[in-house]
Amino acid sequence: MVVLKDLTKEELYAPGHRLCAGCGPSISIRMALKAARGPIAAVNATGCVEVSTTIFPYTAWRIPWIHALFENAAAVASGLEYAYDALEKRGARKGKVDIIAIGGDGGTFDIGIQALSGMLERGHDIVYLCYDNEAYMNTGIQRSSATPRGAATTTTPAGRVIPGKREWKKDFAGICAAHGISYVATASIGFFSDYMDKMKKAIEVDGPAVIHVLAPCPLGWRSNPADTIKLAKVAVQTGLFPIYEIIDGKYKMSMKPGTLLPIEEYFKLQGRFSHLLKPELKDELEAIKKGAEANYKRILGLAGEPVTTQ
Amino acid sequence: MYRKKGKFTGEGIIPYSGEGSTVTIEGAAVCTQTGCAYTGNEAVAYAAKQCNVDVVSAYPITPQTIIVERFSEYVANGEVDTKFLAVESEHSAMSACVGASLGGARVFTSTASQGLALMHEVLYLASGLRCPIVMAVANRALSAPINIHGDQSDVMGSRDCGWIQLFAENVQESYDLTIQAFKIAEDKGVQLPVSVNLDGFTVSHATESMKACADEDVHKFLPPRESFFKVDPTTPISVGGMALPEYYYEFKRQQEEALQLSKPFVNRVGKEYGKMTGRRYGYLRTYGLEDADAAVISLGSTCGNVRSVARTLRAKGKKVGAIKLWMYRPFPREELLSAIKDLKALAVMDRAISFGAPQGALCSDIAATLLNTGSDIKILNMIYGLGGRDIPPSTINTMFTDTLRAAKTGKVKERIKYLDVRE
Repeated sequence: MVVLKDLTKEELYAPGHRLCAGCGPSISIRMALKAARGPIAAVNATGCVEVSTTIFPYTAWRIPWIHALFENAAAVASGLEYAYDALEKRGARKGKVDIIAIGGDGGTFDIGIQALSGMLERGHDIVYLCYDNEAYMNTGIQRSSATPRGAATTTTPAGRVIPGKREWKKDFAGICAAHGISYVATASIGFFSDYMDKMKKAIEVDGPAVIHVLAPCPLGWRSNPADTIKLAKVAVQTGLFPIYEIIDGKYKMSMKPGTLLPIEEYFKLQGRFSHLLKPELKDELEAIKKGAEANYKRILGLAGEPVTTQ
Repeated sequence: MYRKKGKFTGEGIIPYSGEGSTVTIEGAAVCTQTGCAYTGNEAVAYAAKQCNVDVVSAYPITPQTIIVERFSEYVANGEVDTKFLAVESEHSAMSACVGASLGGARVFTSTASQGLALMHEVLYLASGLRCPIVMAVANRALSAPINIHGDQSDVMGSRDCGWIQLFAENVQESYDLTIQAFKIAEDKGVQLPVSVNLDGFTVSHATESMKACADEDVHKFLPPRESFFKVDPTTPISVGGMALPEYYYEFKRQQEEALQLSKPFVNRVGKEYGKMTGRRYGYLRTYGLEDADAAVISLGSTCGNVRSVARTLRAKGKKVGAIKLWMYRPFPREELLSAIKDLKALAVMDRAISFGAPQGALCSDIAATLLNTGSDIKILNMIYGLGGRDIPPSTINTMFTDTLRAAKTGKVKERIKYLDVRE
């Protein structure tokens, strides 16, 4: 287990980039790179992290890094992995390089899922890291299939008739695991030790591995930048974002299920859910509570834990 | 800031001498070659095999699929060391090529039609990131309506993507140009992707006799790729970052400079290849232009038919000629001007419609080439062969008649003509 005092002081992700104060994705990248075991290369999909860390002539990356397009990080990484193999075969390079492909939820859940599915199916030795801030934040907070039900975004505004997004968050970890890969995990930057442990395990795996990390966005969630880590914790503690591993198809909860915090504790810290706390939307709030609880219980069941939220 | 272009020497214009279809270079040490019968697709796959490609990433699409199939056989039988990536779409095929190329590998792919269209945004990435990828395109029509047969609508849609674009007339040229493409692309002075275009079915599926070099001669001609820069932990660079208005324009201006300056390398490699094989390549090939009043210019397989009709007409005393463009991008402006300077009329054949444009794409390029040169060559634009519509010698004959009339009268009856279409 990763403990604070053992963390490397080396910053492969350099300070000075232009991401927002309190940016969850930025924290998720810094932590991920601190989990590296050796030489590492990254392929980054278009998104906040990419645009804000490499504004020419600057870069925040002290590792080899490629940005290609929005939907193809997994495919570019696949090619890079094969290049290293082929060059090693003909004696033109030496030594293992761990490759991570990085994408936001839009670049992963939506536009990039085909390329990712291909990468997983082909069995490339790549870690795919999805930092999930639950909407297209870079283009101005539009809904993605990772946006949770009820959240107001600029394409699912909390209107007089429709109270924010109507659909549930996609079961991304389940989709990845269904490819038969040996390691998938959900994580939260609120629990750094758990997250980095998972990152280390993912790198160790010989073959594809996926980490889905919750990374709050103060701008899009309309929250206090100082609350980023708190939000990342409360999301897990309310059961809205359960953290677990799927090892060779077997689910394992990362935190012992205890009493869940009320969802309101999470919603009241964020402008994107504020409409749901109005009395006239109590039915919608109730529906979200029920849906979240059902999802949490579903995962508990898959993990073989007693199905209770009390 | 930018390098001055060399003086125009007229190099790279290769005339057909006599009736032969090959140019033998005097004093050249021609390598031993084996006669064989291949389709265009098989010839391309064989060439890629001999080029010791590190990574192939591809997706099936008619009429290119056989290239991928043949290459898969080489991999499955252990005849190559190539890492073969059978991806889930052409978008990922080109994306993986970009990743592999940035990693320092020699990379090859092939596609056609919708596949090339699906790759579109990645094509810009490949050139913008200076990836010397080689891609064969078995040219095919675009939907809708769906049609699997040959025309050049696909490649014309990607002519502004910053790739060097070469066109093969037949199976032999498909083989020859594929080998040359790697040498051109990977040269330190170029570092750009190259596409080798062969007409769908007409070349891709037609079996012809050709000559293949021995493996060791190809290896000597094309040593393993040495990358100029690469994404590797030994050199941790960031590639593909963001360039805002204060830098973006310079990147793009330099990219255009790079593509323009790649031109002499195409000729140099063509010359070197000629020394090895006896088949000299360059930018364009001319037939009968020494005394022609009227000529036809085209790309790909049609060039052979045009030359054949021209030969018949010349035997009857008609002053006609033909031009074949091997290199379409960068456009060989000076060489073309020099080749056509004595013509009175030129018919330009476009096997694609540039919807809503004044003319077809090749014709627009030629019109732009003539702009402000004082030339009064009459230009006729001939659209033909869409969706695999046959182009018989009789039609080409009529086209020559039209062009000769324009040369004689100085008048163009129809600015743009759609050949052999019901309307």
